[in-house]
Amino acid sequence: MFAGAIILVSLAYIGVLFAIARFGDKRADRGQSIIASPYVYALSMGVYCTAWTYYGSVGRAAATGVGFLPIYLGPTLMAVLGWFVLRKMVRISKTNRITTIADFVASRYGKSTLLGSLVTLIAVIGIVPYIALQLDAVSSSFTLLWNYPDITSARSAGSAGVLDTAFYVSLAMVLFAILFGTRHLDVTEHHEGLVAAISFESIIKLAAFTLVGVYVAFGLFNGADLLYEQAAARPDLARLFTFNPTTIEFGEWTTLTLLSMMAILFLPRQFQMSVLENMDERHVAKASWLFPLYLFAINLFVLPIALAGLLLFPDGAVDADMFVLALPMHGQQQVLALIVFIGGLSAATSMVIVDTVALSTMVSNDLLMPLLLRAGLVRSPERRDVGGLLLAIRRIAIAAIILLGYLYFRLTGGSAPLVSIGLISFAAVAQFAPAVLGGIYWKGGTRAGALAGLIAGFLTWGYTLSLPSLHVIGGAPDSFVVDGPWGIGWLRPYALFGLTDLDPITHALFWSLLVNTLLYVVVSLLRQPSAIEHSQASRFVDAFQHTGAGEPLLFWRGAAPLDDLRSLLERFLGAARTERLLSTYARQRGVDWQTLTIADADLVQYAENQLAGVIGTASARVATASVVQEDPLTMDEMLRLLDETSQVLAYSQQLEERTHQLEQKSLQLEAASAELRAANERLQELDRLKDDFISTVTHELRTPLTSIRAFSEILYDNPDLDAARRTNFLEIILKESERLTRLINQVLDLAKLESGAAEWHTTAVHIGELIDDALVATSGLFAEKNIQVTVAVGAGLPAVWVDRDRVMQVLINLLSNASKFAPADVGAVQIRAHHAGGWLQMAVIDNGPGISPDEQAVIFQKFRQAGDQRQGKPKGTGLGLPISAQIIGHFGGRLWVESEVGAGATFLFTLPLEPARSVGSDEGMG
Amino acid sequence: MTHKVLIVDDEPNIVISLEFLMDQAGYAVAVARSGEEALAQIRTFQPDVVLLDVMLPGINGFDILQRVRQNATWQQIAIIMLTAKGRDVEVAKGLALGANAYVTKPFSTRDLLAEVRRCLNTGQNHDARPG
Repeated sequence: MFAGAIILVSLAYIGVLFAIARFGDKRADRGQSIIASPYVYALSMGVYCTAWTYYGSVGRAAATGVGFLPIYLGPTLMAVLGWFVLRKMVRISKTNRITTIADFVASRYGKSTLLGSLVTLIAVIGIVPYIALQLDAVSSSFTLLWNYPDITSARSAGSAGVLDTAFYVSLAMVLFAILFGTRHLDVTEHHEGLVAAISFESIIKLAAFTLVGVYVAFGLFNGADLLYEQAAARPDLARLFTFNPTTIEFGEWTTLTLLSMMAILFLPRQFQMSVLENMDERHVAKASWLFPLYLFAINLFVLPIALAGLLLFPDGAVDADMFVLALPMHGQQQVLALIVFIGGLSAATSMVIVDTVALSTMVSNDLLMPLLLRAGLVRSPERRDVGGLLLAIRRIAIAAIILLGYLYFRLTGGSAPLVSIGLISFAAVAQFAPAVLGGIYWKGGTRAGALAGLIAGFLTWGYTLSLPSLHVIGGAPDSFVVDGPWGIGWLRPYALFGLTDLDPITHALFWSLLVNTLLYVVVSLLRQPSAIEHSQASRFVDAFQHTGAGEPLLFWRGAAPLDDLRSLLERFLGAARTERLLSTYARQRGVDWQTLTIADADLVQYAENQLAGVIGTASARVATASVVQEDPLTMDEMLRLLDETSQVLAYSQQLEERTHQLEQKSLQLEAASAELRAANERLQELDRLKDDFISTVTHELRTPLTSIRAFSEILYDNPDLDAARRTNFLEIILKESERLTRLINQVLDLAKLESGAAEWHTTAVHIGELIDDALVATSGLFAEKNIQVTVAVGAGLPAVWVDRDRVMQVLINLLSNASKFAPADVGAVQIRAHHAGGWLQMAVIDNGPGISPDEQAVIFQKFRQAGDQRQGKPKGTGLGLPISAQIIGHFGGRLWVESEVGAGATFLFTLPLEPARSVGSDEGMG
Repeated sequence: MTHKVLIVDDEPNIVISLEFLMDQAGYAVAVARSGEEALAQIRTFQPDVVLLDVMLPGINGFDILQRVRQNATWQQIAIIMLTAKGRDVEVAKGLALGANAYVTKPFSTRDLLAEVRRCLNTGQNHDARPG
């Protein structure tokens, strides 16, 4: 009676699922989505929790205690911390009309059909054991429930015999998956009904599991605390729920966490639900805490159930994987047991449906379709309806995959624990990690690199994990595992190259991901990405820079006959949909179909995009290539195109450079003209100065010349002039002539000094002797005005290296100036010479009227004489001090004046006692 | 009536030569050696002709010329610029400011005397008029 109820309720449950799916699809058709919510999205991600979770977690908890946790820790971490990775995958998939994870990888690496096929193979081989696991769980639970209330015969009943439960379950699954998963052709359109049903299943399995938990904790044990108390009383159980460092393998924890982090992204069903069926990118962010919450809820009662099972069924009387069902049966809770069975069924069906939908799409789009296209299938005239063929392929693929799962189940005899099988699948899909993650964050990854990495990683996985798992069948591992193939120790699959200290999963994951990543990176780096690889790489890596579905690069050159293109689309999409798509295109671009016979590159690209949504990007490329008359760009053409582009680029760079140069030049010109202006101003200034100088010089020259001429004419016109006057006038003429000569000499001298053309004859000069000679030369001047001269030369003054005549010239100039300004009769002039810190300092001091600060500032300029403002211009050329300053400056010294009005003037100069650097050269002049 | 000539220059030897020349030509001569002195002499000595140097201690020749020409009572005074500043601009400036003649140093004694005589003749015409 109960057996009939089981089947009836199961069928009813499946009926409800169909109703939900239909409802969802209908609403979607009317544009009223029932799944456009982050809560539904998070629930649909709950497809992660399969029968493995439902039954297997308790089994694992019974064996390892908290060791079941990392499988949920990984997804939680990924959801909370790695949601931006998921968001990027969602964006890329939407933009590129990705249909499966195989399509994702193929599209990223230049729409490679080979890569798509490889990913499909890995996914199928990797997931088949996982499907087997679901079959196992369902058939085991069915058998257990069938024998109600007997709870000890479960394992033996499922293994063989006429009534092969697993086989019937498989058939039911095939039917269910086909009915559910292949109602749509275009896989990029959302399967709203499917998502609604899966979300519903997530609710059912959570509710059922929680119900058992509550029953066990409160129905069987009067509260969770009492349950824990009883368990704590038994040392073998107490260790299960304590985080004891000695019992927890941290290495294994890390591995499992990492593994499940990758599984949540790369399992085909997870990719299907979280990436392809995503309605809104914003849901990803919200699911990043909703989904972990779901995982937490479904794991809440795992440990209590495991402990209760261990307490109530000692000595392994009941398989721990079946505790969930066995406990309500033990408590004679018929209805609850049925609900639990339905919960398990929901967990298994959701996984099988979504995985087979994903895998069958992969098989049809990425594995078979390229082959059929290559075989010329789409061109054969009798095959009009390729869409129907596609559906047929998918249906057969679903059946084949599930039956493969059944086969695996039969081969392994259902003996392996649920969790172990699941982990083998996880490790298989983990191989996608380098290609996918590298693909969306590193532009340098190439098709060759992805192929090499995937093949190597997959083979390593097969050798270190899958192969030995077949050798462990039926209990003890055989010699292949224990001693290695042909007894070669370092080839032992669980201890490759002598790496012995790791558990099989960690060991396999370590080696497979190591060679996978290594080859991916190294092979990628070996060669530059091709044109299309490069283009796709930037579409993926810069997904957030590309907006909408805009095609950055047209790879189709030239055109296809419109009729050919139309019939190609019709074959895959059907006539009605083709018409709809083309008219949409026409409306958007303003194209008139009546006049159009040739589809241009843009339209071809559009058609390819539409096809990609049905048969995947790689196949769409091949299919479109079959109708485009001109071959798609060969590498040579592509390179030429790139070359042209780079030429244009180079040209524009040249232009830019030239513009830049021009700008620079104009800047330079500006600078030059500014310089020129400055120079001109300077020249004008110099000109003015020269003019002033010449004007001044001529003025100075004209003055004595005026007297000379005037008196010459007077003498000439007055021959009878008295002798005294005559002599007086002649004297004036002579003096003025001398003055004129002196002036001319000094002007020339100064010009020579200033231009650096002066010659210098440097010798050792004793300053005392020099002073004596200068006084001899000027004694007349002082005697004339009765001026007293005193000399004070410091003792032991060394010789200075100077041009004796030049310094003498300076000294005479200063002495004659002093004689001019010192008052007659009471005048006193002192000459002093002494050491002053490495310098010889000389001073010529007079007791004349002194020089005001204003005058001090100008007396070293040419033709500026002190006394200009006073009555009685002192005789002089106004060049003596400028010349003296030039001479002293040449030797590195300085000439200056210290004076106060009314207190005389002191002219000082310094000469270096060491030979100056500039001695013998003309440097430092000016 | 003896015409009066004021010599304004700071070069002693030039003053000596000019004094001799003007004295020999029969003029009454006064000498000023600076700008201020020149203005004072013009007021007190009331010369008919001024031989005016430019480069002077204190007020320079052009300034003196300007002040003389701005003073209504001194309009009859003839001013001969006698200077070593011989550039065209300087000559133009002097004539523009109202100098009766511009003679550059070194000068020809005959030419200078002719200029003085010419100025005095023009000045006599002015004198003939009443007022």
